[in-house]
Amino acid sequence: MGQQVLSISQINAYIRSKMEADPMLGSVAVRGEISNYKVYPSGHHYFTLKDENAALKCVMFRGNAQHLRFKPDNGTKVIAMGSVSVYPRDGAYQLYCTAMVMDGVGDLHAAFEQLKEKLSAQGLFDPAHKKMIPKYPGTIGIITSEAGAAVHDMLRILRKRYPLTRVRLLPVRVQGAEAPGEIVAAIRYANYYKLADLLIVGRGGGSIEDLWAFNDEGVAHAIYASEIPVISAVGHEPDVTISDYVADLRAATPSNAAELAVPDCESLMQTLDSVQSALTSNMLRRIKNARVHLQTLSGSPALQSPVRYIAQKRNTLQLLSSKLINAEQKNVGTKKQRFIALTAKLDAMSPLKVLTRGYAIAQSVDNDSPLRSVEQVNIGDMVRVLLNDGQLDATVLDRRKIR
Amino acid sequence: MNQVNKTFEENMQRLEQIVRAMEHGDVPLEESLKLFREGTELVQSCGKLLDEAELHVKKIATDADGRPVEEDFNDEPVG
Repeated sequence: MGQQVLSISQINAYIRSKMEADPMLGSVAVRGEISNYKVYPSGHHYFTLKDENAALKCVMFRGNAQHLRFKPDNGTKVIAMGSVSVYPRDGAYQLYCTAMVMDGVGDLHAAFEQLKEKLSAQGLFDPAHKKMIPKYPGTIGIITSEAGAAVHDMLRILRKRYPLTRVRLLPVRVQGAEAPGEIVAAIRYANYYKLADLLIVGRGGGSIEDLWAFNDEGVAHAIYASEIPVISAVGHEPDVTISDYVADLRAATPSNAAELAVPDCESLMQTLDSVQSALTSNMLRRIKNARVHLQTLSGSPALQSPVRYIAQKRNTLQLLSSKLINAEQKNVGTKKQRFIALTAKLDAMSPLKVLTRGYAIAQSVDNDSPLRSVEQVNIGDMVRVLLNDGQLDATVLDRRKIR
Repeated sequence: MNQVNKTFEENMQRLEQIVRAMEHGDVPLEESLKLFREGTELVQSCGKLLDEAELHVKKIATDADGRPVEEDFNDEPVG
């Protein structure tokens, strides 16, 4: 027997080279149901794809597995892409899977990626185009189903956070063939009649098919064209739709959209509290500074002796004025003129420039000495207040010691 | 369109102005006392607006000419 005898390694290597030379096996897409799915600590995924009559071992290495857009599970129908080759150690062939999509939604994923790329190229996701969300929206338009839990979730949060706003609900269908058209119409209608300062467009969670209206090209353009800022609120946290990319702000969920749309009442109250205490402490500091300044001024000799000077002059003046009143035979008018002239002279001579600047000196009526403490007078006492242009005799109505 | 919210927004903006003005030291004492009084009144009125506000919810329907009309929306919390 001149036949060549091969080692196991040799025959497996031969078969492997044959398979790897085959163009079809080098790039296949296989439809089947996952079973026996295992993720090894190495990060590689091992599973079997089967149909009614047959099974195929598969491996997906960590580098490829981390790009999976879903969590594969036993029973999931999938389309697996990759190459078929031999694993020499076991002498078994298997699918070296490089990518895998859920069967049936694979088309949707492809369509999503295509549309995303197209709209991105058209500039619909441009951050420069995104509008500011108003800080205190007066009216929020909610475009969603009036039947779902999402609208109630949003209203509950808006009511709790910022009941100053008003809500206008524009009910639309959010899934099915009519949904995209209704959503587009509602966005345009709200803009045409200026129904809101802010729009929330979205729905609660669902399957990728349920959320599909928000991956619609028409909806994307309507959001882009909206003059009213739009918050997109579709599904749960991991769901990302085309609407999310186009909207001025993306919310993870409808509830989250309500949180992003308005300020929080409680933190506003805290802000008001801190504004009030800032105003108060600022005011107290200013008053304290002014008082220190006043003390410095009133303690200076320039103010101290002129007070005595003006008191003396005032006595003379009082004497003169009483003489005036008593002098029946004299010409009252002349005396009065003299009185006025004297007063003017006195004022002109007064170095009390500060009085012209709005300060006042309070004196005891009894001895004309300046008051320096509230304790020098009692409620009901008369005090004399010297102002720039004259004096006031005043009764003390109230007395508060501040310091 | 929503006077309560508009008032609130304007009050908050005025408050910000007042705080900025008072933090700047160059306002005369008399003027800052005026600002203080105004600010305190604004804080109180903003707090009152927040306390007393009630969320208005309306559903938009259309009349015969396609113009929007507001309808009541039964917004009983779920659960």
